[in-house]
Amino acid sequence: MTDILMPALSPTMEEGTLTKWHIKAGDTVSAGDVIAEIETDKATMEVEAVDEGEVLEILVAEGSEGVKVNTPIARLAGEDGAAAPAPEAPKAHAKAEEAPESEGAPADAPVKPKTELKDPEIPADAKLVKTTIRDALRDAMAEEMRRDESVFLIGEEVAQYQGAYKVSRELLQEFGDKRVVDTPITEHGFAGLGVGAAMAGLKPIVEFMTFNFAMQAIDHIINSAAKTLYMSGGQIRAPIVFRGPNGAASRVGAQHSQDYSAWYAQVPGLKVIAPYDAADAKGLLKAAIRDPNPVVFLEHEMMYGIEFDVPEVDDYVLPIGKAKVRREGTDVTITAHSRMVGFALQAAEKLAEEGIDCEVIDLRTLRPLDHETIVESVKKTNRLVSAEEGWGPMGVGAEVVARVIEHAFDYLDAPPLRVHQEDVPLPYAANLEALSLPGVDKIIKAVKAVTA
Amino acid sequence: MGDGPQRREARMAKAAAQKSTSAKRSNGPAATKEDLLRYYREMVLIRRFEERAGQLYGMGLIGGFCHLYIGQEAVAVGVQESVKQGHDKIITGYRDHGHMLCAGMDPKEVMAELTGRIGGSSKGKGGSMHMFDVPTGFYGGHGIVGAQVALGTGLAFAGRYRGDDSVAFVYFGDGAANQGQVYESFNMAQLWKLPAIYIIENNQYAMGTSIERSSSTTQLSERGASFGIPGEQVDGMDVIAVRDAVAKAVKRAREGGGPFILEMKTYRYRGHSMSDPAKYRAKEEVDEMKTTRDPIEHVKKLLAEAKATEDEIKAIDAEIKGIVAEAVQFAQESPEPDPSELYTDVYVEV
Repeated sequence: MTDILMPALSPTMEEGTLTKWHIKAGDTVSAGDVIAEIETDKATMEVEAVDEGEVLEILVAEGSEGVKVNTPIARLAGEDGAAAPAPEAPKAHAKAEEAPESEGAPADAPVKPKTELKDPEIPADAKLVKTTIRDALRDAMAEEMRRDESVFLIGEEVAQYQGAYKVSRELLQEFGDKRVVDTPITEHGFAGLGVGAAMAGLKPIVEFMTFNFAMQAIDHIINSAAKTLYMSGGQIRAPIVFRGPNGAASRVGAQHSQDYSAWYAQVPGLKVIAPYDAADAKGLLKAAIRDPNPVVFLEHEMMYGIEFDVPEVDDYVLPIGKAKVRREGTDVTITAHSRMVGFALQAAEKLAEEGIDCEVIDLRTLRPLDHETIVESVKKTNRLVSAEEGWGPMGVGAEVVARVIEHAFDYLDAPPLRVHQEDVPLPYAANLEALSLPGVDKIIKAVKAVTA
Repeated sequence: MGDGPQRREARMAKAAAQKSTSAKRSNGPAATKEDLLRYYREMVLIRRFEERAGQLYGMGLIGGFCHLYIGQEAVAVGVQESVKQGHDKIITGYRDHGHMLCAGMDPKEVMAELTGRIGGSSKGKGGSMHMFDVPTGFYGGHGIVGAQVALGTGLAFAGRYRGDDSVAFVYFGDGAANQGQVYESFNMAQLWKLPAIYIIENNQYAMGTSIERSSSTTQLSERGASFGIPGEQVDGMDVIAVRDAVAKAVKRAREGGGPFILEMKTYRYRGHSMSDPAKYRAKEEVDEMKTTRDPIEHVKKLLAEAKATEDEIKAIDAEIKGIVAEAVQFAQESPEPDPSELYTDVYVEV
């Protein structure tokens, strides 16, 4: 004998009206036959038989209202239906309250380093070579492409044009057009193609001419790249790097001048890196290419031509997830990433002349965020200013401040302050653009306010 | 816009006309009895599996969305005949259970994923729309309509990059055919002659919107024309027609001929998902398809012509019944994932 149960016909249905029976005792039904009509809060729907056999008995009469889901409504003869047993409650471990205790920053739990992350030791006799960020990024890609056949670069103008910002200069000549691939102007398409290639085991570096254009592709960065490992129970990886200039250039208007740091740093499954100098650009891009996870690598157009010292060592790879103390100080902690680090350092120099000793922390990686380094610093300085180029609300600074409050509330001597772009789309007019973007002066003002 | 009875009638007449004329019927080599029994088995597996999935949904054991493949079985089964398992790659959208079963995934793991249990193919973390299986070459299961087309083009790109002769089977529906990234993908696939077989399962309704109400041109096989991608319309209710059309396109792709579009004219019997009020199409239309065009009945007819016995068919029916029953039992007995699974698989540990 098999009981036919009142089915739920929508995710929310708990009961319904059995409006009509198409069968009666004595009939024989087979799988797929329409046996009844049921009215829910949304619609009247037909119910098909799944089991076969002779109808022995109708248990709930036509017209009955408020029939609860899973109530037996009819009985079939024949062998026991496979799915007939009343639904067992799942063998549950999972009461919500048993969920793992979230400690402070659960977002970082899965990638919390087992051992302390450290930059590699640089031999004392290593030569320091003045290198632009542009060339440091190129060197990182070239080295990783020499090391691993499965690494390739794809994007608009990366090959014959040598990169819209010349970051891929000479890569086509060395690696050929199989591995340095010019695409049509088709961000959504080539980002998706890159993720698919990564799922199949290649290691694409997807260059966006700017991250402003990556908004057309953000579905693949988040829904396809970041979430698939989880949704597949760990089976499908997407080892891919999305890189390109992020943030404001100069006088290019609102659509070409947005900082996406906070957008990507919110997404579990992604790692997000935003380096300041050339050595970090090289060491972190190499790390990003080797990482088995999807990485968003945010560069800055205004920084490409700036030279920094890069140590001449074999295979300079930096740890992802480790902030760097750029300047030690005792009075206030300033956190910054990307181009803002330079402004923070300049502000610190000026403030030193006035007797204010700033500690400047370069976040380098935004996800996972190394809040330990920030918290340790604030425990010493008791004051915090965060600086970022993007908008303030829900931003990187908001997260930095929240983590500090969570982990070092009692150490704070003043409310933390955030420096960021004004809360407007970036204007074109030179004077308004300057007013909107954060810089040295705004950082100085904030530091003075928290140390007053 | 309303979809009044006159419009509906006109559409049904048009659909009937298309059935008899444009969609390509089988004219390839005939199938042996063994072939037909295999097609029958695979199609019945999908249908019985999906019926049970619908029932488990009704019992509250499956949550959220559940898009059943009933009616479209001939497409996945016919396509699979050209798949070199473990070499080729398959990717599809959210109506994906049929493709997984055909690809060779374990029905127990598929059903247990539907019930959100640890024994599911994604440990219960993916659900109906998000299942994957690398050994069988099944790359999902994607819930964003059209995303699988760009991803699948990337799977094809990887095959060409490695220089093997694998192809990517990229399934999408008539609804997804109106997404922009489909055309971005077509352009790159033809530009780089990628081995992508685009299989458009035109079941004539994108959720509740008929193709006539959503598409300025309804001949989806021609959607690659502006990129120079050839296409063909195939009777997707005829497994042999599907098999033969796919085999031709795949041979061409393996030899470096580039992408091909196959528009499978098919039909889904059930609603879009589980709470589909079915107000957008006439009941008669559904009934007519079920009674005159059913892909399983079609194979049954061919089996009779091939002198298969009732016993042979009954043996398959019984075998499938057992497989599905076992899957259902497994999907109910497998426990929910341990709470410790909440934080696993977010990142690959380095």
